[in-house]
Amino acid sequence: MRASLFITCYNDTLFPETGRAVVRLLERLGVEVEFRADQTCCGQMHANTGFRGEAFSQAKRLVRLYADAEAVVIPSSSCVAMIRDQYSGLFEELGNDALRKEFAALVPRIYELSEFLVDKLGVEDVGAYFPHRVTYHASCHGLRALQLGERPFRLLSKVRGLDLVPLENLDRCCGFGGTFSVKNAEVSSAMLAVKLDDVLATGAEFCTALDNSCLMHMGGALHRKNAGMRTIHMAQILASTEHQPVELIG
Amino acid sequence: MRAVAEHEVLAEHEVIDRPILDPALAPPFPVAALPVLRNLQLRRNVAHAIDVIQAKRARLVAEKPDWQALRASASRIKDEALQNLGAYLEQFEARCAAAGGTVHWASDAADARRIILELLREEKADEVIKIKTMTSAEIQLNPFLEANGVRTYETDLAEIILQLGEGEPSHIVVSALHVNRSQVREIFARRMGIENLSDEPEALTAAARNYLRQKFLSVPTAISGANFLIAETGSVAVVESEGNGRMCLTLPRTMITLAGIEKVLPRFADLEVMLQLLARSATGERMNPYTSLWTGVTPGDGPQKFHVVLLDNGRSSILGRKTEQQTLRCIRCAACMNACPVYRQTGGHAYGSVYPGPIGAILTPQLEQMRHAQSLPFASSLCGACYEVCPVKINIPEVLLELRARVTDQERKQVSRFFDSLYLGLRAANVIFSRAWLFHAAQRMGRTALRFFTRKDGWIHALPGIGAKWTQTRDLRGLPKQTFHDWWTDRQRRTK
Repeated sequence: MRASLFITCYNDTLFPETGRAVVRLLERLGVEVEFRADQTCCGQMHANTGFRGEAFSQAKRLVRLYADAEAVVIPSSSCVAMIRDQYSGLFEELGNDALRKEFAALVPRIYELSEFLVDKLGVEDVGAYFPHRVTYHASCHGLRALQLGERPFRLLSKVRGLDLVPLENLDRCCGFGGTFSVKNAEVSSAMLAVKLDDVLATGAEFCTALDNSCLMHMGGALHRKNAGMRTIHMAQILASTEHQPVELIG
Repeated sequence: MRAVAEHEVLAEHEVIDRPILDPALAPPFPVAALPVLRNLQLRRNVAHAIDVIQAKRARLVAEKPDWQALRASASRIKDEALQNLGAYLEQFEARCAAAGGTVHWASDAADARRIILELLREEKADEVIKIKTMTSAEIQLNPFLEANGVRTYETDLAEIILQLGEGEPSHIVVSALHVNRSQVREIFARRMGIENLSDEPEALTAAARNYLRQKFLSVPTAISGANFLIAETGSVAVVESEGNGRMCLTLPRTMITLAGIEKVLPRFADLEVMLQLLARSATGERMNPYTSLWTGVTPGDGPQKFHVVLLDNGRSSILGRKTEQQTLRCIRCAACMNACPVYRQTGGHAYGSVYPGPIGAILTPQLEQMRHAQSLPFASSLCGACYEVCPVKINIPEVLLELRARVTDQERKQVSRFFDSLYLGLRAANVIFSRAWLFHAAQRMGRTALRFFTRKDGWIHALPGIGAKWTQTRDLRGLPKQTFHDWWTDRQRRTK
């Protein structure tokens, strides 16, 4: 099995440790990982702010770049949702038949990380060890757009040493929403405060998710509050073993 | 640096005391939200109210195994009506007229107000009782009638509270959900002149009943909205909880119904689907207590004169737009606002329109022909909770994105937006993302620039410009020394 990692622009820049964890995890599971150096962004930021032409050119770029990939793994639900939910509309409006066909052929081979593990590789026990109290935040895109359902819980439940604490109001948004967090900063912060009340009530050491964007939002406020709880992408938990514990930064 | 509390940040902005629900005059959403965010009591009232409705709704939806099939049917029925809207409206007009009603066509709010005033003048009416109708609030009917010498009396309990208390609706179903019991007591005691009124629900409803009964028995003219119009039979349907609507529908001599053109359903049997969805979605009830249906005029029974004013007011401009047309499926149940995490914080007043929440965020700018309310499509984190609960399957996030594109297309042509930092940043990002080497160069520049703001602990606590919007409540981890791309390149080199 050969998988091409689309790391996403913000993980590449802000959370390289998540990418390193995905590589370690997949290689441990016998997957041959490749990384295409030409990759940049899926176009989500432009699409969500109304810059449709710009989003289209990035979407086209991504489809061309991965046209011959066996599988594309993306450790970000919102970027996968962008590709699945928005590309066809963009290509319908601005693309041509060739591009639409290329996209239709590629899209079944695009996987969010937990989908790739559970659906494609058929593993739930990835051999991880993480002796900590952890709560899981279901990002809106993972929950509603990708319908990840039980996948993340099954993966976490097989991690040795991990004490999973349920999070109240799991389906409530953390208030990030991309540029929403600055365009509507005060409302976004109010939503975040409500979310953090639930997150902190778990008493967990770590809050994990399959999107670093939500984690950056919550982690930034947890750090501001000196709350003592840290955020960590699930890939890093799943990559962690007794011999090679988690790589923690910041 | 000391953590800045939320209320201190908010204090920097100007306060607007009174909510403005006219989209042409209302401030942009982020500004209109500020006074609400500072009003903790109001936020608690709103959150409590919608949490209660949400929980009831979830319980009742769970007991319907065919819920998804019902949603699919409802969206098909509404789409069918919208695709042949002209024909169904004409059918409605013909059937309604055959049953003794009169149909009037209003192209905009001013037109509708003029028609209604003329009808009232024909009746020599200087008073009118009203069944709750958001459409009349949309066309700002009450202030217009009052200015023209017609006293209006709302009869829905929440609307009475707002009318007597001179408040504005913050929700389309439970319009006074931001007002609590002791505030209601104060309003009733002051406006009805009742001394020693307690704030027990029984005492408050008894006061309202006394006030209302006088109006029901003395005012011979009524105005209603409509939940549904039935093309097949020319019937009008109104659903409500209190029975005050039923009083208005039976006691007066003359009834004027104001309805948006999108309210029409093809067949009487379509109500079977719609009524199952509406009550569960709106109030978390299996069936709403009062469902009233009437067709034209029945001699000796109920109003003997019946008029329907069909209102366009921007609706037909939404027709035929592939993505946006689904907006007109809306049956005004408010499930989207009850589920919305943004509305949960801001309540309805921040939306600058009588239609708040996610549906308001897509409906208002379109009714305004994209001239006003352009901040509304951005008043969402795109979490998708609204789409999940919508009984007629309006993909609100999809419409929001479409409207964002239309707003951006408008705005980017404006010179003033050229140097707007968000627009500059997004244009630059597009160039950067077009070539990997440019992206990597930008990452290096960003890292160098941010190093200046990064503290010893590796975190950024304060940023200038638009970044300050982030750092007012959130820190940002400083950029790592090595991007993933660089790490991968290094690793490949080492393993070779």
